[in-house]
Amino acid sequence: MKKVYVNEDWCLGCHLCEFTCAAANSGAPDMIKAFAGGKKPVARIQIEEGDKINFAVQCRHCEAHPCVKGCIAGALSVQNGVIVCDEEKCVGCYTCVLSCPYGAIVIDETGHKIRKCDLCTRNSHGEPACVKACPNNAIVFEER
Amino acid sequence: MAINYMNPLFEVVRNYDRCIKCRVCERQCANEVHHYDPDLDKMVADETSCVDCQRCVTLCPTRALKIRKNENEFRENGNWSQQVMDEVYKQAGSGGVLLSAMGNPREYPVYWDKILLNASQVTNPPIDPLREPMETKTFLGKKDQEIHYDENGKAEFKHNPYLELDVPIMFSAMSFGSISKNAHESLARAAQELGTYYNTGEGGLHKDFYKYGPNTICQVASGRFGVFKEYLDTGAAIEIKMGQGAKPGIGGHLPGMKINEEISRTRMIPKGTDAISPAPHHDIYSIEDLRQLVLSLKEATNWEKPVIVKIAAVHNVAAIASGIARSGADIIAIDGYRGGTGAAPTRIRDNVGIPIELALASVDQRLRDEGIRNNISIVVGGSIRSSADVVKAVALGADAVYIATAALLSMGCHLCRSCNTGKCNWGIATQRADLVKRLNPDIAYKRLVNLVHAWDHEIKEMMGGMGINSLESLRGNRLMLRGIGLNQKELDILGIMHAGE
Amino acid sequence: MLKKEGETRIPAGCAISGFINRSGRRTNGSVIVNSIACMHDRSNGLGGGYAGYGIYPEYKDQYAFHVFYDSNEARIKTEAFIDRHFDVINLSRIPTRKHPNITDEPLIWRYFVNPLPTKLEESQLDERTYVARCVIKINDKIDGAYVFSSGKNMGVFKAVGYPEDVGEFYRLDEYDGWAWTVHGRYPTNTPGWWGGAHPFSLLDYTIVHNGEISSYDANRRFIEMFGYKCNLLTDTEVITYIIDYLHRRLGMPLEDVAKVIAAPFWSEIDSGRFSPEETAKIRHFRNVYSSLLITGPFSIILGFNNGLMALNDRLKLRSMVAAEKGDTVYISSEECSIRTMSPDVDRIWSPRGGEPIIVTLDK
Repeated sequence: MKKVYVNEDWCLGCHLCEFTCAAANSGAPDMIKAFAGGKKPVARIQIEEGDKINFAVQCRHCEAHPCVKGCIAGALSVQNGVIVCDEEKCVGCYTCVLSCPYGAIVIDETGHKIRKCDLCTRNSHGEPACVKACPNNAIVFEER
Repeated sequence: MAINYMNPLFEVVRNYDRCIKCRVCERQCANEVHHYDPDLDKMVADETSCVDCQRCVTLCPTRALKIRKNENEFRENGNWSQQVMDEVYKQAGSGGVLLSAMGNPREYPVYWDKILLNASQVTNPPIDPLREPMETKTFLGKKDQEIHYDENGKAEFKHNPYLELDVPIMFSAMSFGSISKNAHESLARAAQELGTYYNTGEGGLHKDFYKYGPNTICQVASGRFGVFKEYLDTGAAIEIKMGQGAKPGIGGHLPGMKINEEISRTRMIPKGTDAISPAPHHDIYSIEDLRQLVLSLKEATNWEKPVIVKIAAVHNVAAIASGIARSGADIIAIDGYRGGTGAAPTRIRDNVGIPIELALASVDQRLRDEGIRNNISIVVGGSIRSSADVVKAVALGADAVYIATAALLSMGCHLCRSCNTGKCNWGIATQRADLVKRLNPDIAYKRLVNLVHAWDHEIKEMMGGMGINSLESLRGNRLMLRGIGLNQKELDILGIMHAGE
Repeated sequence: MLKKEGETRIPAGCAISGFINRSGRRTNGSVIVNSIACMHDRSNGLGGGYAGYGIYPEYKDQYAFHVFYDSNEARIKTEAFIDRHFDVINLSRIPTRKHPNITDEPLIWRYFVNPLPTKLEESQLDERTYVARCVIKINDKIDGAYVFSSGKNMGVFKAVGYPEDVGEFYRLDEYDGWAWTVHGRYPTNTPGWWGGAHPFSLLDYTIVHNGEISSYDANRRFIEMFGYKCNLLTDTEVITYIIDYLHRRLGMPLEDVAKVIAAPFWSEIDSGRFSPEETAKIRHFRNVYSSLLITGPFSIILGFNNGLMALNDRLKLRSMVAAEKGDTVYISSEECSIRTMSPDVDRIWSPRGGEPIIVTLDK
């Protein structure tokens, strides 16, 4: 199954993936509207920055999926290999945030819910928006 | 407090309705123009160090940025333009030679744009490139060897070393040092895939690129940076750099700040010191000395590789070319005054040298007048901007062209002409690791391949339109060209008629 | 003001035809004159010409110069030059017949000559080079004189007019030759001068040509490096010089000459169609003799002292048909003209583009 992989040699730490992800999942038709009026939509991908190296962190859709196993509300599930969160069911206990070994699950304070990458399967993009936005091939969507 | 006479050249215009404060512009500007002000909660710009490299404009996800010429205007003056005045202010402040990068940007005539091409009609059919073979393969090297037939009618002939190109376009010399390792890797991989060659420039060859040897031309310049036996043996050809179109009469210049560990090792010079190549080769003070070097290099590589001599286009280029053709060199490369550079004194870049169109026409004609045109192949550069320029160059007499600025543009360059600062935001003309990372060879080499393929396709379309199906029938075929808006002298030098004749 | 031939390049379309008797049996010129009449519409009356081989058996060891003169002064100057360099065995006007459609004729003379032995030795050249250089010198330097034929036991006859009329004008029914070629011209400008008609000849090489080559200037600017001067600016002239250079000066056999001027495409060369040795040779030709590749529609018949060669360009953009009957081989732009010469033939075919038909006299 195709997943998003990181080529950390090429990540510039520009954060374009973060902003594109946030806008893609905000429900707004374009990026300007997504951030207009001081709104702050949450990105499901985060850049870790260092002195000589940067890379993007998002859900790996791993086979162990401790987040799904630990979800007390049954909001997290695996669908066609993609780990998705039913946000209606999420109660904001943040167990998944603790159990994810990659720190890939993001807390959304405003909605008291978690947000995580679902490979853009549930928004209008179809294909991961972060990959398209990356200017330097630092994240790719492929089979390995 | 000293008065700052230097006007910012540009203004940063931000559309705040579109800006989402993602701070990409801030993160991606090596000149530190943009930053986020948390008190005002908006992005602000300090335009004094902006060079109009267009990095922020291109990366801004909402297209909120524009860079414009600074609207602050001095009083109009037909003789003392604002630019000329700024240059005086700069020199009064620094006491130094003005340095610039890339090719001559001044308003001189561009002869390529005053030459028109023919098409065949009625008396001679055009050839359909989609249905008939269209051949752009060419060979560079000496073609004056004799042929004998023995009593059985079998042909006997000598093989001269040559370069075989699938397209008549090669990548011109850009040194490792003036451009980054990633840029070199992109050029090498593209040359390999295209079946053509790239040039090391005067910075030597990085060990990681020896594997691209069969597509590499190894340059020997006046500083002899990085020149040793293995280097010469690795390439497909050797180029002796006698001059460069951007700065005829002077040598290369790499500022010390751009010389890190890798450059130092590849060039075989100490870290941190300016690498200034001398003006002449100190063992070539006359044409016979050049012949000696050509033959020494051939001897050192067992006579297996063609030797190229690269010269800048200057006033007596035809006579120089004639001498080079008799020196044993296989190929001559002529670089016009519009050629690019990583760093050159501004006055030399803008005032020295002649246009490549005129140089090519007169060299080709002179060699034919002397009956020695097939002793040597001609490659031209400085500046070839499109496939139409390539077709016109071949029709004037060139065997192939060198492109460099066009190659850099493919890799992201926006001709901001600040290469000499070492802060190239596109990762091309810099050695800073964080900036070099921005040029991903996987992406850049594909763009180079795309460019050359596109040009090759266009060349075939134009050739087909002229009724030509092999590049060799276009070479020197001046009747396929007509001038427009040229005076008789210019037409005579180019050896073409005026449109309508 | 319309420019004369040689001052400007005149594209043209045409008709050609020719035949050769391999046994050396001589055929009357009227046969070739009839063959071009049926292709009347391919010409427009602005040029026609013939080449005949074996027509001067009594003078077969002399070079036969055919010369046009615009004026008597030009004739006097030229004859003085010829006397200084050659031994003249015979000279006369070329006999012609008045024809209503052939007008404005220049003076047309004929000389049977041999190089003066002392002059030849002084020049340190071989005989053919000596003769070629003298002819080129006359054409280049003496105003108003033009040597349009200079081979042994052969001759070119040409004029401005329809070729069948030209044939009558020159009384070709009074000549017999073992090979004949003919050309009818359709230029798109009015040439002022008879010398521009085809065939073009140098020594015993004659070329009749149908087509317009796109590579003309590339070819001309290369071949002029070797002492040739393309004064007429015609395709036929440059093709003749190229063949003279490759065949006579480099000693290349005609099969290889065809491989230089109508070289196989790279797709063919790379496909392994030729043997490794042949492939290396063809690659060498395409590298070293690249400026002699002739592009553009052409259909040529080359005559030389021992035979004929017919060749089409690689894309076969002009017509050419060939036929055989007994010991005679016919070549023409159209089948109808072959049938006029020989209504039934043993076989008839259309040669492939780039593949030469070379027919030589049986020894």
